[in-house]
Amino acid sequence: MDILSKIKKANLVGRGGAGFPTAKKWEAVKNAIGDKKYVVCNAAEGEPGVYKDGYILEHFADRVIDGMKIAINFLSLGDARDRSAEKGYIFLNYNYNKKLNKKLTVSLKDSKIEIFVKPINAGYIGGEESAVLNTIEGRRIEPRLKPPFPTTNGLWGYPTLINNVETFYNVSLVASGDYKNKRFYTITGDCSNEGVYELPDNLTIEKLLNQTKNYPKFPFFAQIGGLASGEALNSSQLKRQASGVGSIAVYSLGKNNFKKVIKGWLDFFANESCGQCTPCREGTYRLNEIFSKEKIDWVLFNSLLDNLSDTSLCALGGSAPIAIKSFMKNVYPQIYKSVTNTTNL
Amino acid sequence: MKEIKIKINGREVICNEGKTIMQVARANGVDIPGLCGHADFSPKANCRICVVEITPSAGSGQAKLVTACSTQVEDGMEIRTDTERVKRSRNLNIELIFAEHIEKCPTCVWRVNCKLLELADKYKIEITKFSDRKGKRKIYKFANAVEIDGTQCVDCRNCLEACSNLQKINYLGLKGKGINQEIVPVNEKSVFPFIYKKALKVDCIYCGQCAVYCPVGAAQEQTHWQLVEKVLRDKSKVVVAQFAPSIRVSIGEEFGLEHGKIMSGQVVAALKRLGFNYVFDVNFGADITTMVEAEELVQRIKNSSGLPMFTSCCPAWVKYIEFYRPDLMSNLTTARSPQMHSAGLIKTYWAEKMKISVKNIVVVSIMPCTAKKFEAGRAELKIGGNPPVDYVITTRELAWLIKKNKINFSKLKSAAADNPLGAASGAAAIYGATGGVMESALRTAEYLLMTAQDSVCAGVKEKNKLKFCNSRIEFKDMRGQDGVKEALIEMAGKKLRIAAVNGIGNIAPILKKLKDYDYVEVMACPDGCIGGGGQPIPTTAAIRKKRLEALYKIDVKSKIRRAHENEEAVGALKWLEGKGRLKNQVLYTGYKKRR
Repeated sequence: MDILSKIKKANLVGRGGAGFPTAKKWEAVKNAIGDKKYVVCNAAEGEPGVYKDGYILEHFADRVIDGMKIAINFLSLGDARDRSAEKGYIFLNYNYNKKLNKKLTVSLKDSKIEIFVKPINAGYIGGEESAVLNTIEGRRIEPRLKPPFPTTNGLWGYPTLINNVETFYNVSLVASGDYKNKRFYTITGDCSNEGVYELPDNLTIEKLLNQTKNYPKFPFFAQIGGLASGEALNSSQLKRQASGVGSIAVYSLGKNNFKKVIKGWLDFFANESCGQCTPCREGTYRLNEIFSKEKIDWVLFNSLLDNLSDTSLCALGGSAPIAIKSFMKNVYPQIYKSVTNTTNL
Repeated sequence: MKEIKIKINGREVICNEGKTIMQVARANGVDIPGLCGHADFSPKANCRICVVEITPSAGSGQAKLVTACSTQVEDGMEIRTDTERVKRSRNLNIELIFAEHIEKCPTCVWRVNCKLLELADKYKIEITKFSDRKGKRKIYKFANAVEIDGTQCVDCRNCLEACSNLQKINYLGLKGKGINQEIVPVNEKSVFPFIYKKALKVDCIYCGQCAVYCPVGAAQEQTHWQLVEKVLRDKSKVVVAQFAPSIRVSIGEEFGLEHGKIMSGQVVAALKRLGFNYVFDVNFGADITTMVEAEELVQRIKNSSGLPMFTSCCPAWVKYIEFYRPDLMSNLTTARSPQMHSAGLIKTYWAEKMKISVKNIVVVSIMPCTAKKFEAGRAELKIGGNPPVDYVITTRELAWLIKKNKINFSKLKSAAADNPLGAASGAAAIYGATGGVMESALRTAEYLLMTAQDSVCAGVKEKNKLKFCNSRIEFKDMRGQDGVKEALIEMAGKKLRIAAVNGIGNIAPILKKLKDYDYVEVMACPDGCIGGGGQPIPTTAAIRKKRLEALYKIDVKSKIRRAHENEEAVGALKWLEGKGRLKNQVLYTGYKKRR
């Protein structure tokens, strides 16, 4: 069975957060016309509270590199030399590079793959796939307008396959028949056993917290999919699978002031907005402004949030409201209830 | 192209595949607002005010908001431009943009056709919903020609695209991110990631294309209409206007007339109504330039030296050479530009005729160009210590003055420019088009070569030579909107390799093979002066085409079509013949390194 069929059979999806079917992406790059093709491994890992890509590179770098080589081979299987994948890049988080550069350089010797270090100031947006391409090309670090997608117009306009570290890791496992439907989870926050775990991909959040002995004994809420763009769930909503980048952050309701938590999210997105589009550049600024006032205009606040998810140019803007909206819907009523019931908060 | 069916606001529309939602909607009378888009550029989709709601194909999938400017229509797509969701986002994004732009309406030449005020009015939007956040931004001034006012910028980045991708000057950069991002001038172009290469020095050439593409007047000419208004009130002065060849075919657009409408007579009438004592046509100056330049070309060809000769009537191109390639300064023709020839003669030849003291004459140029403001300030162009041109205003500034004084421009009765510096040949009219200067000069150069003269003033000595002097009029290879126009022509037995560079962005390949040319015209702006930095907004490739056509129409309709047939102009040159140093001061110039 060829690699594409194997990937299809394993139902691999991208592990960068969006969950796009891997086989579909591979096929799109394969079918795209271009004299050159590029393979990029996205190891930017800019989402706060997520460390799994660093963990994988530290422990299974050879698997990741193997996955990339498989991709390069897959794309160069053509009728002529001019349709070969020219090059692979590992777009590497600045700190991971400091730690792993030597080891990776040895593993990459005599391969078509090289390391491109994500600049220290590239920020959150520097991990968005088209921003990654801009960075490698030496352009301003910000997302591109899509379509066209990287699959057809990627690095220097050539078809480019860009996948997350864990995706390439999974491809390698699939190729050698070792894929066991597992994924990596980062568990952080107010819990005793913070860390990265490789566990079955169909476990519920509740089970994950229990199995890793992290289930809190105090009132809490959880944020799934990253400390910035993850969805906030209350403790009764955890009988579902962890989506996105597979990260679970636990917040103690007693320890955290909800206004501070929201302000943290707002500050984060205002600081990380690249400035390209109006709803994000201006919206995140105005949300902060409104929230800092004594009397908050909630109607305007909510319109700005909706406007962000509805009209932003890239996924960063689109995901900026997720945490706040879900917090207000899932968690805030609980706090409110506990306040009115116990009157001691 | 495949025809597809879509629905806009419930109405079925048949359209071509590959079009954007905005194109199809506008073609079908459905208005969708837009700020950051421009017909000459591919969509950047950053203002997000053109959002519409789409349901991908007939009911499949969830309705979502997309930008109409960048989203292509698909078969079965249902588009709504009028839902509450669309209105909320559109209005909110407009309000957010308003708060980036500090209103300076009382002194803004844009007030009468401001896109922001138009949007506010159309959608009944409060422009002060959010507090202005850019009050402390800098205003960057580039010489006396162009400015970028950070307090008015709405972050659309069109100026960047004009400066970098269109003109390839790269003088503007984007600093900072998020709300801190700012358009700034840069002195060096760092060529990241090849940072070890030496950084290149860059400077503004004052072409003003940033202003042409700015949707909100943040990039603008440095206005001088206030000074002109003041001097018009000064009764002790004789205030003279002179207007450039390409004004007449573009200014009508400011008053709702069709693109490329020829309004020479109305321009004269309007200037008189504004209080100018005399109005001269720079086309006369262009005839002078043609003759001076043609004479020099003939000399250079005869001596086989200083080739290729470059035209020098475009001040942005001159600045380009002085800054980027001073080694090529001697290739520029020493002929002054039409604005300077015309003004120089006003302050010498005409002043003497009229017995007016030069000190009392104020010359105001109406130019399609921002770089002409810089040219007017060049010290080396002074004549006897006086600058020939006192003020330069753009087409847009003139339109503003006309509107401000409530003059009904389109209804004005045509008036003729004053003489003797008024009448001109058809060759002068086409100075406003890339290739036009060269075509005009060639008409006269061929005459000089065929009649074996060095100067148009010499007069043809052997009468029978006139018979053979059937020099060509039209050099059609030099016309059209291509980036570079090249030809090999034969002239009086000599082969000439000529090229016209249409927009400074196209200069690089020509500079690499200069040995292949004898005569090169360069216009910094796309399609020449009719696409200049001071021209009406919008200016697009399609609009420029209409303006070009109008110029060539003027040429064809002219009684005389060669500069040297303009007797008044030859007369002025003859007057200068006996004036020694003055002749040099009026007709010629030199260049200096500016880096």
